[in-house]
Amino acid sequence: MSALSELGTLRRKKPPGHKRGPGGGAGKKATKDNLAAYLFLTPWLIGLFVITIGPMLASLYLAFTDYNLIQAPEWIGLENFTRMLSDERLHNSLRVTFTYVLVSVPLQLALALLLAVVLDRGVRGMAFYRSIFYLPSLLGSSVAIAILWKQVFGTEGLLNQLLAQVGIEGKGWISDPSTALGTLVALNVWTFGAPMVIFLAGLRQIPAMYYEAAAVDGAGSWRRFRSITLPMLTPIIFFNLVLQIIHAFQSFTQAFVVSGGTGGPSDSTMFYTLYLYDRGFGNFDMGYASAMAWFLLVIIAVLTAANFVASKYWVFYDD
Amino acid sequence: MTTETIGRTLPASRSTAYGWKRVKPLLIHGALAAAALVMLYPVIWMVVSSLRPGDEIFREPGILIRDLQISNYRVGWNALTEPFTRYLLNSAAVVFGAILGNLVSCSMAAYAFARLEFAGKKFWFAIMLVTIMLPIHVVIVPQYILFSQAGWINTFLPLVVPKLLATDAFFVFLMVQFIRGIPRELDEAARIDGCSKTGIFLRVILPLMVPALATTTIFTFIWTWNDFFSQLIYLTDPKMYTVPVALRSFVDATASTNWGSMFAMSVVSLVPVFLAFLLGQRFLVKGIATTGIK
Repeated sequence: MSALSELGTLRRKKPPGHKRGPGGGAGKKATKDNLAAYLFLTPWLIGLFVITIGPMLASLYLAFTDYNLIQAPEWIGLENFTRMLSDERLHNSLRVTFTYVLVSVPLQLALALLLAVVLDRGVRGMAFYRSIFYLPSLLGSSVAIAILWKQVFGTEGLLNQLLAQVGIEGKGWISDPSTALGTLVALNVWTFGAPMVIFLAGLRQIPAMYYEAAAVDGAGSWRRFRSITLPMLTPIIFFNLVLQIIHAFQSFTQAFVVSGGTGGPSDSTMFYTLYLYDRGFGNFDMGYASAMAWFLLVIIAVLTAANFVASKYWVFYDD
Repeated sequence: MTTETIGRTLPASRSTAYGWKRVKPLLIHGALAAAALVMLYPVIWMVVSSLRPGDEIFREPGILIRDLQISNYRVGWNALTEPFTRYLLNSAAVVFGAILGNLVSCSMAAYAFARLEFAGKKFWFAIMLVTIMLPIHVVIVPQYILFSQAGWINTFLPLVVPKLLATDAFFVFLMVQFIRGIPRELDEAARIDGCSKTGIFLRVILPLMVPALATTTIFTFIWTWNDFFSQLIYLTDPKMYTVPVALRSFVDATASTNWGSMFAMSVVSLVPVFLAFLLGQRFLVKGIATTGIK
């Protein structure tokens, strides 16, 4: 169903329907396909090598150099990496990013799951609600919404105006380092609609007979949720988790616009990607930025791998 | 849906249970409507505020308009070095190129993966799946160097050419999934009638995969329209600014002075996304449900 499960199948077994006859005719047919297939793949292959793999290798090389775009790259060995070890701002950006990911992703997924379960109970007007809840996922990454957020959580923003109506005095949520990151977490949680739609699709695939059997056995709705819905949905939860973590790690636009490009106040919204942008495109310290980019890749790869290993203990496959 | 069926097959025996059954849907509707309102309220308020005198943004949390005026739009449209029309056209050009590129290159790759047998298929397919999850930041620095050496800074080429080369592997995957659902008998019939591989692609597969192409179009439209990071990096000349980059420079230029026109232009920038959402909902929902990426 998804790219992730697809990768899993590739590892586990050959997809069905792959029959290749042993005769010479089949071999000839395969060669004919080879030419056609590689012709069809040409744009993608060029892109893969020129736009993706080539630059990846180049950035791996640049990670070991000092390079400012003007002079030729100078090999400096591990210096960029040792600099990373003692770079306080980098450590701070890691703290900020991890906090953001670890707080916003579970909240977002919990909300997505809750609303998916409620909508799945055949609420009238389900399609309407689904659309409404999904809309923020499309708007959320835009600069316009970041501008809105900047206003809503500002000192004289919408939130404080509403709070004033009930007699609570607010504060500058974005100008206060202790709450600035929270406003960005709220923005990410706000876009729970995309995982919700995926949950809804997953819920619809749970065979009704399980629920019918449970109802005959006298299981209440909470019990049915705990013992049927949740276990059956674990592959989808896992899929959403991996995806949203990768996605959240790369957040950039919102922090950039809300903080005016600084990651402030006091670096409290300095995402890893913002710091990378600041090094690479603010200071043209391309060698260091490349080293940071590879470190980001390692972090995401390790987290994803850890997720896969952990999934053996909690993800339930019904096949 | 399933619980509904159960409710019908097991009639409630007690009257309290019956009463609860009537109240519960109302409660759920109330809660859902409240949640929807809370979520959309800031956006609605932004639209309303953009139609009010500028200073009311900081005084009026309600969404009733007493004094409707469009001066924010007039001022905002010409507040930057270029009229906003310019940025809209620039964005439209980038979006058009990206859509065209994705449709052509991704459908070609998808056809090869879904229908043709070739050496190294599994290997390339796995690579393609992995690239879906590859963070853009890993390649952005050398890409920037590459494109700046090609003299492509302040052109739309760095934003469009990669799409012509199917670098949005997500759409390749989406189309592979779709093509797998098209009966192979149709290919066979076309082959027997003398169709080449290219003929089958053009005459059988492409016409049948219109829904997948529509999903790709809508997603590419919205993502490219909203995309900020790469447009920020490659477009530094105000004449070449796209809508997101222009909006961002608005924030810098006007600090907190002119929120009214900033809101107005933000609303303008959201209108195309909203229209795409209205027209393409069906495809969007299907797209994420089958492939699972926002």
